[in-house]
Order: sequence, then C-alpha cells, then structure tokens
Amino acid sequence: MSEYNVNEKGYYGQFGGAYIPEMLYPNVEELRTNYLKIIKSESFKNEFDHLLKTYVGRPTPLYFASRLSEKYNTKIYLKREDLCHTGAHKVNNTIGQIILAKRLGKAKIIAETGAGQHGVATATVCALMGMECVVYMGEVDMKRQKPNVERMKILGAEVRPATSGSKTLKDATNEAMRHWINNPSDTHYIIGSVVGPHPYPDMVARFQSVISEEIQNQLQEVEGRNAPDHVIACVGGGSNAAGAFYHFLDEKNVNLIAAEAAGAGVTTGKSAATTALGKSGVLHGSKTLLMQTEDGQVVEPYSISAGLDYPGIGPIHAHLFDAGRSEFHAITDEEAMIAGVELSKLEGIIPAIESSHALAVFGNRKFEKEEVIVLNLSGRGDKDLETYIKWGKY
Amino acid sequence: MNDQLVMNRIDQAFSKKKGVLNIYFTAGYPALEDTLRIAKDLEDAGADMLEIGMPFSDPVADGPTIQESSQQALENGMTIERLFEQLKDLRKEVSIPVLLMGYVNPIIQFGVKQFCNKCEEVGVDGVIIPDLPMQEYLDSYQTHFKQKGIHNIFLISPNTSEDRIKEIDRNSGGFIYVVSSSSITGAKKGVQDGQVEYYKRIQSMDLDNPQLIGFGISDKQTFETACNYSDGAIIGSAFIKKLMQGSDKDSIKEFVKSIKGIK
Repeated sequence: MSEYNVNEKGYYGQFGGAYIPEMLYPNVEELRTNYLKIIKSESFKNEFDHLLKTYVGRPTPLYFASRLSEKYNTKIYLKREDLCHTGAHKVNNTIGQIILAKRLGKAKIIAETGAGQHGVATATVCALMGMECVVYMGEVDMKRQKPNVERMKILGAEVRPATSGSKTLKDATNEAMRHWINNPSDTHYIIGSVVGPHPYPDMVARFQSVISEEIQNQLQEVEGRNAPDHVIACVGGGSNAAGAFYHFLDEKNVNLIAAEAAGAGVTTGKSAATTALGKSGVLHGSKTLLMQTEDGQVVEPYSISAGLDYPGIGPIHAHLFDAGRSEFHAITDEEAMIAGVELSKLEGIIPAIESSHALAVFGNRKFEKEEVIVLNLSGRGDKDLETYIKWGKY
Repeated sequence: MNDQLVMNRIDQAFSKKKGVLNIYFTAGYPALEDTLRIAKDLEDAGADMLEIGMPFSDPVADGPTIQESSQQALENGMTIERLFEQLKDLRKEVSIPVLLMGYVNPIIQFGVKQFCNKCEEVGVDGVIIPDLPMQEYLDSYQTHFKQKGIHNIFLISPNTSEDRIKEIDRNSGGFIYVVSSSSITGAKKGVQDGQVEYYKRIQSMDLDNPQLIGFGISDKQTFETACNYSDGAIIGSAFIKKLMQGSDKDSIKEFVKSIKGIK
C-alpha cells in the first residue's frame, strides 16, 4: 500500500474526505461504490485505451529538449501533453469520466473550467459521445481565455458565466456544484482536477496516471532507466502533476517538484501559491491546504494563468507537501512569462502559461549535469497568445 | 440522555406545539449590528424558532439570495467571533430556540470544541452544517456537541435512501431538516405532487426526531402544506428577500403574519 495514495476512507494523510451537502451524498456515493469496479473492468480499459490511442493521440512524445538542456546544463525531457487532442492533458481525464458516466447511465454532463482547457476537453468528449454539456466558467476567465470559450461553443456546449466572488475557477466550481445539487439523478459532474470530494481526486489521478506510465516506458527506451531523477509539473488543482508523479510516488529516489503560481509575488496579496499561503481547511468537498482568512473565509487567489488561479490544491498534493515528499516552488507571473517565451525561442514550442510556471523552475534552482529531468508540458499556449502579446517582452 | 439534552429549547418547542415556524436570517445582515435586533423582532412577531446563518464566502448549498446576504455580511465585518459577542445577551432578549447554520470551514478554523463551548455559553441550542458529513461528525465532532448539549441537525433530501434516513435519525438531535426538493436554497417554489409523496413517505417512517421541511417554503400556502406533513417548516430566502426591502420591526412583523395568518 502506498503511503502517498488514497486510503479506503478517501484520505491522503490528513487531507481528502467527502465534505458535501446531503443533497449530493447519493451521487457521490454512487460514484464511490462503482468507480473502481468500472475502471478496472476489461471492457472499460479497452475502450479507454482505444480512445486515448486513436482519438487523443497517445502516447505523447517524450522529447529531449537539447537547447533547453544546454542552457541549464542538465538533461531535460519534455512530456508533450500539449500534443494531446484539444491541446492539454485534460482530455485524458474527460475521456475516462465520460465512459464512466455512460456506464452509470447518466445523460447530461456538467463541468467547471478555469483556463478553458478542461472545458474544451469536456465539450469535446460530450460531442464525441453525443451528450448534453454545460460548462461553468468565471466571467473573468471567459474574457482572458476567449478562444477556448469559442471552441466550447462550436463543440456544442453551453458556457455559463460564474458571476459571484472573484469570477474565476473557484466560483465556476461553486456554480457547477450547485447545478449538480439541483440536478442529481441524470447528471454527471466531470471535475477537471484532483480536487473535490472523494473519489474524484483518486479517480482523476488514475486517469492522468497514463502520463507517468508512458514516462516510465519511454525513458527506458532512451535512457535505459525507467525513472528520472526529477519530475517537474505545475500545480493549480494539480491534475497534470498528479498524473506525472503517479507511478513515482513511492520511488523515493525520484524527486517530485511542483510549481505553484505566486502571481505578483507571495507576499503581495495577489497570489495563488497555496502551500506558501494556505492552511488546512475545507473547500469544494475536501479537506486540503487552502488560502483563507483567520475566520475561515476563502481568500480570492490571483495568477496571470487562469488554470492556476485557485485558492486550494488537490488533497494528494497537500499530503505530498505535508509529508515533505514534493518540493514546492512559488513562481511569479513574470518568471513564468519569461520561461514561456524562452521555451518558444529555444525549442519552437509555445507553452500554456500554466506549463510555463513549471519551466520557470529551471531559473529557480540548479540541477546536476548528469541528472535526468522530465518536465510535464501540460498544455499548449495558443489560448494564451493574447496574454503573451500584452506582456510583450520578447 | 443527559439533563442538558432534556432541557434543550428545541425539544421543548416540539413537545409544546405543531406547525413550528423556523426563520433563517444571515448574521450581520443588512447591517453588522442587526443580528440580535432581528432575532428579537422575529420572536416578537411570532416565529417559533430561529436559524442564524454564519456567512461563508463559498456557500455551495445556497442560492443567490442567501449568498448575496452572506457576501454583504462579510463585507460588514461579520465573523464567528463577532457573532458570539453579539449573542452575549441573547438569552436576556430571546426565549425561543436558536440554531446556528454555517459551513464547516469557518467552524474548523474557530475550533470545534471552542465553538460548542461558545454555543452553550450564549444559549444556542443547535447547529446545522450542511457540508459536514455524518461520518466526520461521529468521528470527530459528536463528543464536543454532546458534552455541551448542542443538537446537530442533519439534512435529508428526496434522494436519501431509507436506510440512510434511519441512520440519520439515530444520530440526530432536535429535528431532521427535510430538504423539500433536490435543490439549493431559494431555487424552487411551490409544492409539486412528487414532493407530497416524499413527505408522506418520510411521515410513514415514524422517525424518532421531529421533522422540519425547508427549501422552497416562501408563503402561507407552502408553509401550511409543509405543516400538514411534518412538524413545521423553515423559511430562508423569502425572508432575506423581505429584509432586502426593509428590516424594521413592522416589516418583520408583517412577514411573519403573512406566513402564519395571525394578527
């Protein structure tokens, strides 16, 4: 039994659980009692694997970034999740959940989205399966990630603006949960990150674990070893990081590095660096590290990246942090933007600003020349062009 | 059962009468110092029980009306600590049962044990925490609640299974909050046929705890229907809407009168 994976009660160490109103209990319980049975069945695995291969385009390449490696004097591989259909790792999870939803007999799908990558991935699989789709998105995010809003609409989804609070991901999640409370029987809620009540964090991590599984195989081929020295990933809720870390959680010789969004800086009051600023609390169905006031009110986060603009992290990451298993870095907007443009110029890859936070770790800490590093390049930057253009220092 | 539980005002209220009217309002709304005054005005107007909302930034089980009032109350500076200060003289002013309703995170930050101590100290009789799961309550909260004789009220919804309703009944004190339909607060109005079937089903289960129906109760008609199938009802969003128009003693009196049909 892994000390970093979920236990039978739905907890990672002291974090996790299912803090939900009674109105959602039957839905979450239905999911909890069925998800492992369904996703472990041969027929599920076959359908999931088939779609990942023929529709998503997996396995994604593990690319040796020679110019970036040269610059930082180490060996850097990029796991190219940006080459997945829809442009980010998010689709691995939505494919899994839509097959699961069908097997649970659900007809309608709801989702929340920050950067829009999860919304697009959800709208895509709903189109694929012919299911009705409503995506909640913060009003602020709808403006800064406009191309993704348009994509969702073309795919046939309805995008509903969340107008409360900070009008970002946190509020979109509130609205999606309310929708689910109001429509419990025929609707499945596809949560896009390793957050929410148990079993969501575990379920999403399992669907995303295809990333670390492929890293093992691909690294074996090119390096003759199946584990790197370091895995780097960005963490908002933390689904791409959970997926990239998954098969290495218990391999203590693999250093796990998480990059959080420090926004304007950890001490500026405009930040989303949860491990630096948060403490244990309950939001959106689980106990985790949470940015909050002394009185337990959730603090509105800030990041230039809509996908990392969230006041909490998944309970698995809270546990990895608490247990000292992961190394956490707080990356400012500026550092991320510099790193994103650097990758564009050195390797011809424009990364999503979320992924740029992971890339900025190279400017923050030294690695040895012979060390093998895998960085999970979680998404591509097409949706962020406007933000890059506004920033404009390239 | 210890003496404090027997003396709990909620139990007394149900032993005395049927058709209990429980009214929800948000602490610190419309103005920060309104809490105790509104409580007193509601009792004077004829409410049988009060549910005071502790505002939370992300109230997922509530609709826009209660969220808006919570937001305003937070902007006014309301905190749990301040609420307990405001309720210091509660029992000098108010004699009917008083419940606190809120989400689990602020209570965790305040400290569960300290929270129960304060409830006892100021004379709060029960607590409703919609996102506190029953198992968590039993594992980590129940001891503190029981020690201080504070009732923890659980919710049931139309989708709650019969076995779970029985389990909830075993672990509840005071009453069971029967959520009228699958919804957030203030979302649905009126009483549909399916709901009456559900009320009858609950009624026929012969539960140990009294039941109050809530969510969607907004006027005399819905209140009376709810009372036909339960021990009373809870009104929240409809009262907050009234407060948005005016929160003086007369408006409050008029509202309660309109529900109960009393002079």
